[in-house]
Amino acid sequence: MKPFTYERATSPAEAAAAITRNPNAKFIAGGTNLLDLMKLQIEAPAHLVDVNGLALDKIETTPDGGLRVGSLVRNTTLAADETVRRDYALLSRALLSGASGQLRNKATTAGNLLQRTRCVYFYDTAQVCNKRQPGSGCSALDGVNRQHGIIGTSKACIATHPSDMAVAMRVLDATVHTVRADGRMRVIPIADFYRLPGDTPHIETNLNHGELITAVTLPRPVGGTHIYRKVRDRASYAFALVSVAAIVQRDGSGRVALGGVAHKPWRLEAADAILPTGATAVTASLLADARPTPANAFKISLVERTLASVLAQTRT
Amino acid sequence: MKFDSPATTNAIDQLKVVGKPVNRIDGPLKTTGVAPYAYERHDVAPNAAYGYIVGAGIAKGLIESMDLAPARAAPGVITIVTARNAGKLGKGKFNTAKLLGGPNIEHYHQAIALVVAKTFEQARAAAELVQVKYTSRAGEYDLAAAKNAIEPKPMDKGDPSDSSYGNFDDAYTAAPVRFEATYTTPDQSHAMMEPHATTASWRGDRLTVWTSNQMIDWSVGDLAKTLDIPKANVRMVSPFVGGGFGGKLFIRADVLLAALGARAAGQPVKVALQRPLIANNTVHRPATIQRIRIGASVDGKITAIAHESLSGDLPGGKPEQAVSQTRLLYAAPNRLTKTRLTVLNLPEGNAMRAPGEASGLMALEIAMDEMAEKLKLDPVQFRIINDTQVDPQKPERPFSQRQLIECLRIGADRFGWSRRNAIPAQVRDGQWLVGLGAASAFRNNQVTKSGARVRLDSTGLVTVETDMTDIGTGSYTVIAQTAAEVMGVPLEKVFVRLGDSAYPVSSGSGGQWGGNSSTSGVYAACMKLRETVANAAGVAPADAVFTDGMVRSGDRAIPLSQLAGVDGLSAEDFIEFGDLAKKYQQSTFGAHFVEVGVDAATGEIRVRRMLAVCAAGRILNPKSARSQVIGAMTMGVGAALMEELAVDKRRGFFVNHDLAGYEVPVHSDIPHQDVIFLDETDPISSPMKAKGVGELGLCGVGAAIANAIYNATGVRVRDYPITLDKLLDRLPALAA
Repeated sequence: MKPFTYERATSPAEAAAAITRNPNAKFIAGGTNLLDLMKLQIEAPAHLVDVNGLALDKIETTPDGGLRVGSLVRNTTLAADETVRRDYALLSRALLSGASGQLRNKATTAGNLLQRTRCVYFYDTAQVCNKRQPGSGCSALDGVNRQHGIIGTSKACIATHPSDMAVAMRVLDATVHTVRADGRMRVIPIADFYRLPGDTPHIETNLNHGELITAVTLPRPVGGTHIYRKVRDRASYAFALVSVAAIVQRDGSGRVALGGVAHKPWRLEAADAILPTGATAVTASLLADARPTPANAFKISLVERTLASVLAQTRT
Repeated sequence: MKFDSPATTNAIDQLKVVGKPVNRIDGPLKTTGVAPYAYERHDVAPNAAYGYIVGAGIAKGLIESMDLAPARAAPGVITIVTARNAGKLGKGKFNTAKLLGGPNIEHYHQAIALVVAKTFEQARAAAELVQVKYTSRAGEYDLAAAKNAIEPKPMDKGDPSDSSYGNFDDAYTAAPVRFEATYTTPDQSHAMMEPHATTASWRGDRLTVWTSNQMIDWSVGDLAKTLDIPKANVRMVSPFVGGGFGGKLFIRADVLLAALGARAAGQPVKVALQRPLIANNTVHRPATIQRIRIGASVDGKITAIAHESLSGDLPGGKPEQAVSQTRLLYAAPNRLTKTRLTVLNLPEGNAMRAPGEASGLMALEIAMDEMAEKLKLDPVQFRIINDTQVDPQKPERPFSQRQLIECLRIGADRFGWSRRNAIPAQVRDGQWLVGLGAASAFRNNQVTKSGARVRLDSTGLVTVETDMTDIGTGSYTVIAQTAAEVMGVPLEKVFVRLGDSAYPVSSGSGGQWGGNSSTSGVYAACMKLRETVANAAGVAPADAVFTDGMVRSGDRAIPLSQLAGVDGLSAEDFIEFGDLAKKYQQSTFGAHFVEVGVDAATGEIRVRRMLAVCAAGRILNPKSARSQVIGAMTMGVGAALMEELAVDKRRGFFVNHDLAGYEVPVHSDIPHQDVIFLDETDPISSPMKAKGVGELGLCGVGAAIANAIYNATGVRVRDYPITLDKLLDRLPALAA
């Protein structure tokens, strides 16, 4: 870990300004991912701006009947929120399938969206990694990659996004709200929030340096049956091999997104449109462009079978 | 005391304290955080500086250059130890690779430098500044691709690489029913909770290390040898060990580098191996490729059995002895085993809980299930049919005790085995395909010389001192129970001190020999103390009765406290074992029964119920023994379903080298576990009439789970761990 300086921000815009002034600065909230990465010198910020003191920890209904979740709302709080459990059950279930109680107590809504990949090569600084050192190469491409991405990958990176919460947010059509150093605010639909790796896998979102997430809003509840199905090797405390987030209406229509398969939560409108036709067609649509490795090709049939199981569950 | 004829009735048979399920006496120290672990010895080594290890970033090659200047100039740095400035170092008898590498690199994350600084954070920050340039050399990293396998040298205690009895080839060819399959087990990491850690301090030329180690005497010897100093100049203290599983049988880089760092810094230094280093820097259970062939008559009698195993290790290393149990477990007149070793430049392979047996039974006990199916026999019955009460290769040599059949029958009865559907993939419970599996458990009972010193003081307190370790097994408690039983005092009148090389040399903890051997040593020392006490009382030792804190003879009763006087009385002795092991095969037995559910859609496997029935001699403490067995069963779930050090075959290292990447079972993975101990005493084994149990519980678990998965799904997986991707394409199709 490199020595770093530290300050506590007093307002969202001031926090954004503090980061903007220093190209090597980072926000810190729960720190459940950033501190681990700093200890391994994968992240080496020179300056940390602590946003925990900002009053961004409320869950409120919005005038249009949706929900506004402050960026500092802890994962535990969000998962336990009565409105979330009733109207956005998918979100609660996704949150509770991730990490551990202790981590969820610290982890924040914005931090969860921004957590970095769990690729084993990203974590080993003796190995090349384009995410860690742009241009150095990808060790996972021909290495151990059973956990890695099967779609939207590039020759530079096949890492996955590890969040469960983000997959639920994607299905719920969440919107990310930010503030910049000059006080200007921006809203980014979750569909436009994450980037595919391409040639720049180190750039994971469309946030600008210094842009601070203040809230995530959810539209009015859409009803339906909410299912988050996370498939993994052990029963708890593991990242998804594949996860399926689905909201299915009585008529069989609905929406679906996948976790564990790509650099971002994976959802396609075309696939949603054919949800009533069943898992095989939907999977074919979602993963038409999949380019798995020999070690993770199983994820294609795992997606199909998991989705079939989820859809069957909505019919019972 | 020499133990060279079967035990007769002795003080232990009173069973007033021994055999009772008493709580672990070290429990409150651990649950309240008072038990001092190696890295926390501020009390005895105040103001220790912190060492941080730099691990090699290549698997094989040379360090071309190492620039230490930026690290030396970093805040708080006191010294940096490398092979260039460490002075001449030897290599321990039990180490294959050097603990401090350079310029030659033998494996990934081999330690190449220790940065010592005032604080941990300073040491860590400076360690990142060490600039190393390497020249990589090509290495062998793929066991399956190995072409240079050799027959290894005979292994310790005359255990040969190969064995042959009768004529396997002819008998196998002639057998009416034949079965052959190849099984693979992966590299596994001990993944103990407490990392390897040491605090080291020099006074002149004398070194004290507070460390986390299973085998004090071996390790003192190896540390002295490596540092090239007299063994008498090294004191090693390891009273509490936060898990070892074989990973702490020998010295590792933490203790050597803490000692070198402390010498260079001129002050105490402490070093804990960083978690991401442990998998590659230390040792692991090596992967195996095992071929098994079984021939049988149509009525299920095995006529020919062969088991061959291949594993790899660094040059000069050892094979995994995965075929040993096959020489003893089932009857057959024609037998063959082979052990082959190839050079791999992966990190050093070595012992992990039930070395050999754990991997070997993972294969053999699937093969037995497969053969039973081929014979249309119940797999439990097939094992019973092929029981033997004698060493199959030396029929004149009986087992001292062998209740394998009883374990299988009782287990089958208690578990509801009769409800198992012999046709796979027939039982559904909602989304789950449900199956039952069984396997035999088998592990030899090793005994080894073990010493202790006991003192009686004027308060009637009995203090036991031995360098025996407690690696979470309950050594403190069973030793206290032994001393209390023999000296006729209540348990709270015994104080046990362990894990210090200043104490008499014991068996140490490993190979499930520790509990039986070390308590036997304590028994020997206590019997000697009884003589001393009887003499002080003017009573013939043979007539003295030790009970209720008194020595009684006829109508005399004298309190021990009074006899001890102000100076106290003490005695020291050791147990050593004669050649009973030559005349009798001593082993422990068990049977594992498992129920699994496999998600019909996703192939996720979850264990639903587990039962182990164990026959392992006298159980000294049913509570700590049960704890050992359920811990081992849990480890078996890991081995069956998730544990695998994933090898990067291009770069030669284990990539998932932390506890996020190397998955072991969590609470949600472990269902209800039952353990039954058969009532057994084995007078051939020791005066305690006990045997080891800590490793037995792991043997066979993996195969029982694999067999249950087959019963649930009809999919046979011979490649551990059994993860869902290996089932998926063979599970029943789902309705889209």
